[in-house]
Amino acid sequence: MKIVVCIKQVPDTVEVKIDPKTGTLIRDGVPSIINHDDKTGIEAALTLREQLGGTVTVVSMGPPQADVALREALAMGCDEAILVSGREFGGSDTYATSGILAAALKKIGYDLIITGRQAIDGDTAQVGPQIAEKLHVPQVSYVEEVKEATEDYVVVKRQFEDGYHIIKIKTPCLLTAIAELATPRYMSVRGIVEAYEKEIKILGFEDLKDDLELDMIGLKGSPTNVYQSFTKEVKGAGTILKDLSADEAVKAIVDKLEEKFII
Amino acid sequence: MSKGIYVVVEQRSGKVQNVGLELIGEATRLKADLKDDVVAVLLGSDIEGEVDKLFHYGADKVVLVDHPYLKEYVTEPYTKAVTAIIKEYDPEIMLFGASSIGRDVAPRVASRVRTGLVADTTGLRMAKTQEEFDKEASMGCEDPTRALLMTRPAFGGNIMATLMCPRTKPQMATVRPGVMKRIDKDESRKGELIKFNVDFTEADMNVEILEVVKADKKSVDLTEAKLIVSGGRGIGSAQGFDMIRDVADALGAEVGSSRACVDAGWIEKDRQVGQTGKTVRPDLYMACGISGAIQHVAGMEGSELVISINKNDTAPIFEVSDLGIVGDVKVILPKLADAIRKYKANKVTN
Repeated sequence: MKIVVCIKQVPDTVEVKIDPKTGTLIRDGVPSIINHDDKTGIEAALTLREQLGGTVTVVSMGPPQADVALREALAMGCDEAILVSGREFGGSDTYATSGILAAALKKIGYDLIITGRQAIDGDTAQVGPQIAEKLHVPQVSYVEEVKEATEDYVVVKRQFEDGYHIIKIKTPCLLTAIAELATPRYMSVRGIVEAYEKEIKILGFEDLKDDLELDMIGLKGSPTNVYQSFTKEVKGAGTILKDLSADEAVKAIVDKLEEKFII
Repeated sequence: MSKGIYVVVEQRSGKVQNVGLELIGEATRLKADLKDDVVAVLLGSDIEGEVDKLFHYGADKVVLVDHPYLKEYVTEPYTKAVTAIIKEYDPEIMLFGASSIGRDVAPRVASRVRTGLVADTTGLRMAKTQEEFDKEASMGCEDPTRALLMTRPAFGGNIMATLMCPRTKPQMATVRPGVMKRIDKDESRKGELIKFNVDFTEADMNVEILEVVKADKKSVDLTEAKLIVSGGRGIGSAQGFDMIRDVADALGAEVGSSRACVDAGWIEKDRQVGQTGKTVRPDLYMACGISGAIQHVAGMEGSELVISINKNDTAPIFEVSDLGIVGDVKVILPKLADAIRKYKANKVTN
């Protein structure tokens, strides 16, 4: 089985800071990581390869620096890594991104595509389903367990807020992974060495243009555009009480609850 | 010309979900500027009984697709139905709940009809200022007076971004559950019901549901709770939630949690408040041992009254608290539960 995992390199958000003057992100010195849900997807793919045989290809769209994420995926055990990169692709929203990735996936070939449910920077959860739509393959998102897998179909547990479905889906298809699906393995020393010996293939605009909607890529072709970005206003702080005894603290809270008619 | 504010109303087990009513409420607010009808789209099997409720909460029209294929949520039949409705009626705006269903179907629909989709929005408004009109026009929008501005958090809530969808229709967004307010129910409100037929074929059911399991435990809907007592890492352990539960019990409140406790396995995921959990806006949010990372604050800052207890006087939670107590939750909470019970008992006697 040929499994392709789509991954995104994202900043480690906990460390993201905003320039108070410009209101823009300070990216300098912020470490980049493989998006969590995507790393879960890599692990699930590697596990399936161990059961069924075949290969795991990892694909990322991004600037040339994204090859770091791809090498990490290789070091985890993926067989092949492909970077989808080009100036024409910059500024793409989810519609445009999924169109470009779908074009790349057509070139690469696939039986099963796994993406993370969502990326921690954008949180949209849209690119997975939109790739599936572009490729005319069925999808199951929010996959928390693979119950059974064969060359022809997979049986997965699909999470909902109020329960779950067990779904049988024929390949080729796309699954989106959530954290519960798998615990990503660490890179092995041998894997790290090998990762740097492997070549990362690059697919650019010229390679993909025949399969692209040319008016729907990049910043200009994206159907959605950012009007403005801003830092959120925070609610002003109220009263902060320090050095109270427990009884005084309790009284302060009860008084407040009484004042606001909570009790 | 594209027309109408369409809301895809979510139903589960044949019952309309609150997020759908919230979106209808938001659509009525957009209608004040746009003047278009609010149209609720209801998909399901044997669900006509739910239609009147949508009128009562503000829908002018309901487009109903009633078919056995729509009983349980499956991506393709739902996508096909919504797409058919868009092709037939050419909506100006279409909104979905940002639930595990809305976030599955909306991207697929947007891709199929070749339009933009803004995820997980927390604010919607029509363009109003000249600056907004100019910007929309410069991006190719033909009628900026009908342009929707959609605001959403990004980078875990660190940044808010306002987006537009200037050139393609419908202008589509998913909206976080619990953020918008529904309007008051008016049982005398009536509207027009349109029964819409979709030509489903067997090929549309392209996956097979082998099993449907509804959570057997009493499902918690924190977004509906009026009072929430929430625990964070500072409560120390899974047992720490016993004190949280005790205070919640004394108050008649629900129990919430920060992500750290869910990740540590101290409490179920459906209790999590924050960017990757629930967005809540209760009358009281009591944060106990929660430091207040921006991702957590994103999910509770709409709360009416915030009381927090934390050992660390520089905890960011204090910046969004009406009352902050610097102290040890393990000492304060047990006493607080007693004090609340005592207060309530006295109140009854008096």
